[in-house]
Amino acid sequence: MSEFVYHGEVRNEPDSETCSDSEWTDYVFNRSGIPAVKKEWWCHTPSNIWFIAERDTAKDHVLRTYLYGEGS
Amino acid sequence: MPLRLIRYALSSKHHEPRMFTTHDRMKSSYDVVIIGAGGHGLAAAYYLARDHGITNVAVLERGYIGGGNTGRNTTIIRSNYLTPEGVKFYDASVNLWKDLSAEFDLNLFYSTRGHYTLAHTDSAVRTMRWRAEVNKHYGVDSELVGPDHVKKACPQIDLSCAGHAPILGALYHAPGAIARHDAVAWGYGKGADMRGVEIHQQTEVQGLDIQGGKIVGVNTSRGYISTEKVLSAVAGFTPRVTEMAGFRTPIFVHPLQAMVSEPIKPWLDPILVSGSLHIYISQTARGELVMGASLDPYELHSTRSTLDFTESLSAHMLEMFPFLSHVKVVRQWSGMADMTPDFAPIMGKTPVEGLYLDAGWGTWGFKATPISGKTMAHTVAKDEPHPLITGFSLQRFADFALTGEKGAASVGH
Ligand SMILES: Cc1cc2nc3c(=O)[nH]c(=O)nc-3n(C[C@H](O)[C@H](O)[C@H](O)COP(=O)(O)OP(=O)(O)OC[C@H]3O[C@@H](n4cnc5c(N)ncnc54)[C@H](O)[C@@H]3O)c2cc1C
Repeated sequence: MSEFVYHGEVRNEPDSETCSDSEWTDYVFNRSGIPAVKKEWWCHTPSNIWFIAERDTAKDHVLRTYLYGEGS
Repeated sequence: MPLRLIRYALSSKHHEPRMFTTHDRMKSSYDVVIIGAGGHGLAAAYYLARDHGITNVAVLERGYIGGGNTGRNTTIIRSNYLTPEGVKFYDASVNLWKDLSAEFDLNLFYSTRGHYTLAHTDSAVRTMRWRAEVNKHYGVDSELVGPDHVKKACPQIDLSCAGHAPILGALYHAPGAIARHDAVAWGYGKGADMRGVEIHQQTEVQGLDIQGGKIVGVNTSRGYISTEKVLSAVAGFTPRVTEMAGFRTPIFVHPLQAMVSEPIKPWLDPILVSGSLHIYISQTARGELVMGASLDPYELHSTRSTLDFTESLSAHMLEMFPFLSHVKVVRQWSGMADMTPDFAPIMGKTPVEGLYLDAGWGTWGFKATPISGKTMAHTVAKDEPHPLITGFSLQRFADFALTGEKGAASVGH
């Protein structure tokens, strides 16, 4: 497991020019803390490959992995 | 078994009173519903009844009393935090802790040991000096000491940590203590029960009834209850409750693991913590070594344990105490820590009227049990945050006014 490092859920950054303050603080601080299947950033450190994993955060099952832009 | 004892078992004159009343059914409405019978929920119930005369209260627990993080933590109690808000708050907690055994008439095994946070780098020494100054300013006994001080208190330690991470100094906090965690929940629960609070175990809150932005009731696994005030004190389950309430928070959940050794002769009086080696250790009155490390590295809503954890913690432990190499680990476990970005809790009112939050206790909330109960009872009773917790509001994130406690809370517990 230590070859892979978790970098948090994939989140879409709102346009800081047009979004409201509350949209911005929601993006900066708030998280979807509930257990669910989530899209997450992971990095394989020996090869330095960043990828996305779809993982069930209650069961710790990885359902799918793909490179950014390749998944749906 | 001696026959004399059987006489007591059978006699109705000498029955052992049960600690808690078992209620067959729930009422259809309560003045306050508390979700979670951990230390925090039960302490809030206790102070609501004792200090505010509010006794028509139900504490609902999906599992059993103290079965959450209250019964899983490594019981370190201290107040040498970094921010003025934190120091004042945790100091008030330590002061309450000291009297609890007498107040409950129940031995909490509260044991003042002295607490060392070891510094292995210059930057750690600098943070310790900073913490010592903030602590002293607020009257908390806390000082920066040299390696000799540590060696005197714990002659068995290898100050060089196998040559990898020599100890340069430590923050010493004389009031640092440990206590028996289950007994804390039982003491508060019993005190609340005696004053008329109902504790319902095996009762899960599954939905919140919110109308016009106000709480009007809760749906439970055993039916509907109407109420105008709900306190959520569910630690690692908080995101699920705020999801029911329809708002988001910065809380994220990672497991935190711990383990305990077989009982051995008493040799370790103080509590030792090392942020660099990711370990903390104390010895209980029964002789077991209670040991913990840092948070698991990714989100998970589960209390599974891992061999990775035991291996790496044991390796670091041996760097500091090579003589422990033959001591056996007898148990390991895990709890779900409700983490916040600034390592301070989230307490007080929420966007939903009548819903109060006591959360974000992560890896550090056991020590806060008494004061969080007291301040949350005040907040619920008066619908206004207690002055000690205004720095911990959920609103602080929207205001970009964080209470940065990381330098004093991570790994330190
Ligand atoms: C391994 C470990 C070591 C730790 N070490 C320390 C330490 O040394 N010092 C320190 O100060 N802190 C420590 N902590 C942190 C501390 O344990 C917690 O912050 C604290 O115990 C939280 O108490 P609580 O009462 O808020 O939550 P809990 O004790 O977790 O209680 C919450 C309760 O809510 C119940 N619940 C959840 N959802 C629902 C629902 N929908 N309906 C009904 N009931 C529900 C749960 O079953 C649970 O019993 C540690 C934590 C862990 C896991």
